Amino acid sequence: MTTATLEQTERRKAWGFVAPALAWTVLFFVVPFIFMTAMSLWSRQGREIVRVWNLDNYVRFFSESALLKGLTNSLEITLMVTVLSVLLAYPLAWIIAERVPKKWQRMALILAILPFWTSYVVRSYSWLLVLSKGGVINNALMGIGLISEPLEIASNRIATVIGFVHFFVMLLTLTIYSNLIQLSPNYRRAAADLGANAFQTFWHVVLPLTLPGIMTGAFLTFVLCIGDYITPQILGGNNELVLPQIIMLQIGRRADFPMAAALSIILMLAVTLAYIACARWLKIERA
Amino acid sequence: MTNPAKGAFARRLLASAATLAVATMTSSAAFAADELNALVWCDHTDPALIEPFEKANNVKVNVKEYEGTGAGISILEQSQPGDWDVMVIDAVDVHRIVDMGMMGEIPADALPKADMFPELLMEANNSKDGKIYAVTEKFGYNTISYDKTKVDPKDMEDLSIIWSDKYKGRIALYDYYLPMIGLVQLGLDKKTADLSDADMPAIEEKLKAMKAASKQVSDVVSSQTALATGEVDILVGGGEWITASLSGEKPNLDWTVPKQGAVRWAQSIGVMKDSKNPALALKFVQYILSPEGQARLATSSCYWGMPTNAKAGEHLNDAQKTALRWNDQAGYLKNTQLYPVPSAELDKKMQDAWTNMMQQ
Repeated sequence: MTTATLEQTERRKAWGFVAPALAWTVLFFVVPFIFMTAMSLWSRQGREIVRVWNLDNYVRFFSESALLKGLTNSLEITLMVTVLSVLLAYPLAWIIAERVPKKWQRMALILAILPFWTSYVVRSYSWLLVLSKGGVINNALMGIGLISEPLEIASNRIATVIGFVHFFVMLLTLTIYSNLIQLSPNYRRAAADLGANAFQTFWHVVLPLTLPGIMTGAFLTFVLCIGDYITPQILGGNNELVLPQIIMLQIGRRADFPMAAALSIILMLAVTLAYIACARWLKIERA
Repeated sequence: MTNPAKGAFARRLLASAATLAVATMTSSAAFAADELNALVWCDHTDPALIEPFEKANNVKVNVKEYEGTGAGISILEQSQPGDWDVMVIDAVDVHRIVDMGMMGEIPADALPKADMFPELLMEANNSKDGKIYAVTEKFGYNTISYDKTKVDPKDMEDLSIIWSDKYKGRIALYDYYLPMIGLVQLGLDKKTADLSDADMPAIEEKLKAMKAASKQVSDVVSSQTALATGEVDILVGGGEWITASLSGEKPNLDWTVPKQGAVRWAQSIGVMKDSKNPALALKFVQYILSPEGQARLATSSCYWGMPTNAKAGEHLNDAQKTALRWNDQAGYLKNTQLYPVPSAELDKKMQDAWTNMMQQ
């Protein structure tokens, strides 16, 4: 068999392996995406969806402050949640990877992912009970005399962020932990041999080497957080709408699918920009 | 004492479990002679409501739950003719489905009209061109629910309390713009049926004042939880459907129809035009409207509401009647108005006003 024939055979084999995934992506992502993009250029007039392409939905989005604020609220909350989750998850992952004995690490990880076993909705309502005026926190603080009036920690952005962070810290812990345990101890030994103290070793060696894990988890957190409407709905008390809530409003009663599609495209653009930032500046694709 | 909020979760879980149970039963559909596919609200997923019909007729009822007319319409648009036999829908939205050509006619003599509260016949909503397409099966009020130990019940008799500062930060707003805008219209001493574009500036102003005085805007479960846990003391847009199921555990919760009135919600049930089994579908509608079916629907695990069949009272116990204010209905019906029925354009303006209010 000639080299050229061999190459052709290998290429065919490669396509054979890739084809199912490609077909899946085309069928369940590319086609719906094209349809959604087309729909975002239609409009709802009265009870009818008018299939004439125009940019009315996008113009409306950028000209109505209530809609635009949905995007800024989403971005602010998502960034806050992502940063807080990373700051909390890193030490937790480090403790599990470095301080917990090997035989207990699996148990620690199971405990870390335990919150995933309960329904997302139930977990959010549970937080509402914890944070509300008559909830666990306020009752405890009032019981020990630290406060005389209940704190307002439910039905606002703080509550939304707490609910989200509780969920995503666990997700980030897993991705960071998997990075940390792959890190050879030789790197730290070498740094120590070269005179680096513990902080310098962490800052110049461990942190850069675990950045791919952090960024993978942070990106997942960003994607899941910016697309969620249940937690802001339940814990935020609807005092500020995020973009997915506005999308739901369009669908809920008026079935304004063109506007909902346009808002979804904008949401996807935000996620795409976040991905590009991750891939470009932190070289996530090479991780 | 049982924690009422846990009770709310339990009801929610029960509703989910009911849906799951019905879905599981669906898998054994082969054992039944017939099947019925019903597009419903969550109160119809209660096995206590569905199972007696299934057993009596040796059929399986497959229920799919949806929320919001828009979601219901999208399910219909994605379905094949004949996929659905029965549909439950907001009474003010029946015409939307009729105009889509999807509702079938119901023979007038097949319905127990003589037993129904006259105000609930709602022919303008359920009929078109002299043909009946749906029938009202359950109703209640979007009004004011409150904790009578924490607020002055007399204050609750005036709708203007919802935008005053007296209970600032202690009010929750129910998150559905249609009845809430209707309530504001009533608070302005106008009729919901007359609501037009010209009323919107005044309504928007009051919506903003209402939001400024409130702590949260929330859905059914969050509203109920907030009221039950003391997070808020007043729920604007609440009613018996929020407090009735908690009456045993939280007797401090109450509701009232203010002097300006309240908004009446009503849900209708109809047979789909392309139903594969219209006779069985009609039988199901008749069961839902029967005194027994009505009592079970009124006290469904998902949420309570008043039955439209006056004879359902024979199947409700005293505690249930008290929670539903069975004996007060005549007065309430006189002093309540239906949801506004906006044109598509006005509907958009109302929704925009609601969105603006929430983002202020």
